Amino acid sequence: MTAYIIRRLLATIPVMIVVALFVFFLLHLTPGDPAAVIAGDDASPAEVEGVRAKLGLDRPIYEQFAIYVWNLLRGDLGTSIFSNLPVTTLVKQRLEPSVVLAISTLVVAIVFAVPMGVIAAWKVRTVVDRVVMGFSVLGFAVPVFLVGYLLIYIFAIELRWLPVQGYRPLSQGIGQTARSIVLPAFALGMVYMALIARIARASMLEVLSEDYIRTAHAKGVATPAVLLRHALKNAAVPIVTVIGIGLALLISGVVITETVFNIPGLGRLTVDAILKRDYPIIQGLIILFAGVKVLVNLMIDISYTFLDPRIRY
Amino acid sequence: MTATATAADVAAPAKSGAWDWIRRNPTIVIGVAILVALAVLAVIAPLIADDPLGFDPLNRLKKPSETFWFGTDQFGRDVYSRVVYGARVSLIVGISVAVIATAIGLVIGVLCGYYRAVDDTAMRVMDGMMAIPAILLAIALITLMKASLLIVIIAISIPEIPRVTRLVRSVVLSVRGQPYIEAAIASGTRARTIMVRHILPSTFAPLIVQATYVCSSAILIEAGLSFLGAGTPPEIPSWGNVISLGRTFFQLAPWIIFFPGVMLAVTVLAINLVGDGLRDTLDPRIARRM
Repeated sequence: MTAYIIRRLLATIPVMIVVALFVFFLLHLTPGDPAAVIAGDDASPAEVEGVRAKLGLDRPIYEQFAIYVWNLLRGDLGTSIFSNLPVTTLVKQRLEPSVVLAISTLVVAIVFAVPMGVIAAWKVRTVVDRVVMGFSVLGFAVPVFLVGYLLIYIFAIELRWLPVQGYRPLSQGIGQTARSIVLPAFALGMVYMALIARIARASMLEVLSEDYIRTAHAKGVATPAVLLRHALKNAAVPIVTVIGIGLALLISGVVITETVFNIPGLGRLTVDAILKRDYPIIQGLIILFAGVKVLVNLMIDISYTFLDPRIRY
Repeated sequence: MTATATAADVAAPAKSGAWDWIRRNPTIVIGVAILVALAVLAVIAPLIADDPLGFDPLNRLKKPSETFWFGTDQFGRDVYSRVVYGARVSLIVGISVAVIATAIGLVIGVLCGYYRAVDDTAMRVMDGMMAIPAILLAIALITLMKASLLIVIIAISIPEIPRVTRLVRSVVLSVRGQPYIEAAIASGTRARTIMVRHILPSTFAPLIVQATYVCSSAILIEAGLSFLGAGTPPEIPSWGNVISLGRTFFQLAPWIIFFPGVMLAVTVLAINLVGDGLRDTLDPRIARRM
């Protein structure tokens, strides 16, 4: 087991190397002069040179590469062109709202989607099943900003139950934070729920057709117990896998959701960086998000051994 | 939904006739009908809509009415006209990305599946690319280049390539071991002929299905990028751009966001319906897995 975990940990290294190389060469292989584009149309030649120096583009490429790699190894994700602050500092300032949003979304999605999938599989080919499947088809199509603005319109503007936009940090009390994060979590959770519900249903359907389920029913085990203890437990592996795959959707969605709900998190950092073309910030965020994704995939791989004792490495 | 369609296929086997096919594949028909309507709308946009860029300071933020079906925005521009023209951008982006990503993914995937040496390196690169969230990769490319529709299309295509590559590669790997490929190799067929004539055709069915999903995800990503201000240049009316401008006046004029948002959802839904339908008809193996 330990050997397996170490082997999997080592396997993440080449992936992260590719990510780092990719990001480095993105800056150098894009056609045109990135320094001129970043400085903007009205920039003087001196300003363009200033940006070039900040990006390190005035040095020979091997030197740039060595500095880049050395900085990454030290955990330095670069420095913002405009604020001159290290990207890691900027990320730390904006981390809390994004983490809270991501975790709340995950919780909301799992709490709603797994039961939906289980019930749809149990009541397969009934109205309930059709409603769940219809929801899951719709959930993939409706963009997060439409869901977000609809939720704001209904629950904040018309019903006045929840705040329209903004974020209350945890330091102001968890109740306030929860109130400010409910709508964003549901808006962002929609795609996620669709994905998880669909896979949960498919995975449950497969398990429910097994002989041991019929045996359990026949010997008089109550239906809820059959569904949860006998079936769901064995249907868990694909569901956990899809939760991991969905994390990619979640990360992209965080950026858009934070913009809809005016949440000052990593998404806001990204949007501000886009407006100023602050490339080092975007570069740092790519490496950070890729790292998170790789780690989550690793945890999911490891969790299989706990979920399904038949999987051994 | 999937299970029902498969069951219906089994229940009514091989009765020919167009009507019968339509009855058995309602999702494809509905999806295609919506898409055809959208394509017509996009093509005849100049005939049915006014200038999407025409400022009209006297009619700012007007509610939907008989003159302004979808209302007006903060510059007095007709939201209906902008939404109709926006269909052009979304369809162009969706189709272009689907074609580019599928074509490049197909070539790399076949090479990976066939040549071991290419496979290891290429798949490591694909693993790395897949670790990067698509929208951030696109944002990075767009930050470094001057905004244009072409750049947006390229920036969205690149992160889609690994998904196509992996799919094609897995199909090629499963076909490679088949006796008829061994027979072809044994009889001295050239590698290129084997790839093009014997392997390529079996990738088509899953590839077409994948292409529809690439198309719908590209349309959503374009809208998302434009919404964030990193997409299609603001002077081109795309749905994402219209929604992005509507953000500021959302409480006063929710229609600016509502109409393009609904169009976007309907378009993506239609493409996904076609994709799901094709998946069930073309590739029963995937259908069972989903």
